Amino acid sequence: MALRERPLSPHLQVYRPQLTSVLSIFHRLTGVFLTSGAAMLVCWLLTAAAGPDYYAWSEWFLTSWLGYALLAAWSYCLFYHLSNGIRHLFWDTGLGFSLKATYASGILMVIASLGLTGLSWGLGLLFYCTR
Amino acid sequence: MAKFKLPKNSRIKKGRHHAAPGGASAKTRRFKIYRYDPDSGDNPRTDTYEVNTEDCGQMVLDALIKIKDETDSSLTFRRSCREGICGSCAMNIDGTNTLACTKPIDEIPGEVRIYPLPHMPVVKDLVPDMNNFYAQYTSVEPWLKTDSPPPANSERLQAPADRAKLDGLYECILCACCSTSCPSYWWNGDRYLGPAILLQAYRWLIDSRDEATGERLDDLEDPFRLYRCHTIMNCTRTCPKSLNPAKAIGAIKKMMVARR
Repeated sequence: MALRERPLSPHLQVYRPQLTSVLSIFHRLTGVFLTSGAAMLVCWLLTAAAGPDYYAWSEWFLTSWLGYALLAAWSYCLFYHLSNGIRHLFWDTGLGFSLKATYASGILMVIASLGLTGLSWGLGLLFYCTR
Repeated sequence: MAKFKLPKNSRIKKGRHHAAPGGASAKTRRFKIYRYDPDSGDNPRTDTYEVNTEDCGQMVLDALIKIKDETDSSLTFRRSCREGICGSCAMNIDGTNTLACTKPIDEIPGEVRIYPLPHMPVVKDLVPDMNNFYAQYTSVEPWLKTDSPPPANSERLQAPADRAKLDGLYECILCACCSTSCPSYWWNGDRYLGPAILLQAYRWLIDSRDEATGERLDDLEDPFRLYRCHTIMNCTRTCPKSLNPAKAIGAIKKMMVARR
């Protein structure tokens, strides 16, 4: 009988999602998504430099419902990536590797990212309303 | 490169159902087990076995042995010590990698799903091909390397504090649960050494008697061999011996920076 190629055992299909891997893949995904946010930031700055007529385009887009949704997503992703980045810096110094610390810092990181997003939007709205 | 879908020859088909010999009882549990027969030419499948746990040992391995004894002698798996020291019965049980011999059936709710170690070539049923894993182990030269002659009439002695640095490392039984839980090892297992082998590499790097630390670090200084570790921490989460491969890898990365 001809030699058959061995099948590959299932991996993503069967492995239980857990805090460790889920937070890690979201770090990657938020990083990729933030790249598009950086592109938007450049567009925003370019239109601001080009004059009021051009800037009106940015304003129109960013104050549309899609613009607000994207801004909300970008701001959350930024704070998620930032908070988890700080978590990674601790690991890089050799701290927080125990399973307990990993779970505690993971949960803390998610809470911090939500809090920072809420805080920045709250402050933004406050300035906007009291202007 | 990451391929999220299984290749065509690896997609799992629906398998057979085997009722418990002697009929079902209140303590009958269902085991859904990955099966692959290299002689049949068919794709892998999952068979369901009913096991009466009343007259069965408490660990998953006990159930597997019972199935092989009483229901289906063709079921193939590795096992040896049945007490968590040989590492033979490492497999994916209820979604995480562990040793079948130390995993109590009672800890698993509902159907007990058993697959081979993830993202490995399958030889048969629950037996993965470990050749690459062992070759990677060989590549870190896991033995004491010295240039200086040993002291006359004595072993190479080690201070208790230096010996203590090997705790949490020497206990590793190379079962490969951690490496095959690591998504990074799934996508780059051909070039990334993976948590188990890196923990072993660190065991020799940190040994006060070893004199090849520099060469060992040179060997690991590579974008793939060491630095595919992204601190996902699945390895530490799954280690059936409660060791911490991620911490060992972090320590190697620190040694790399410290020697610059």
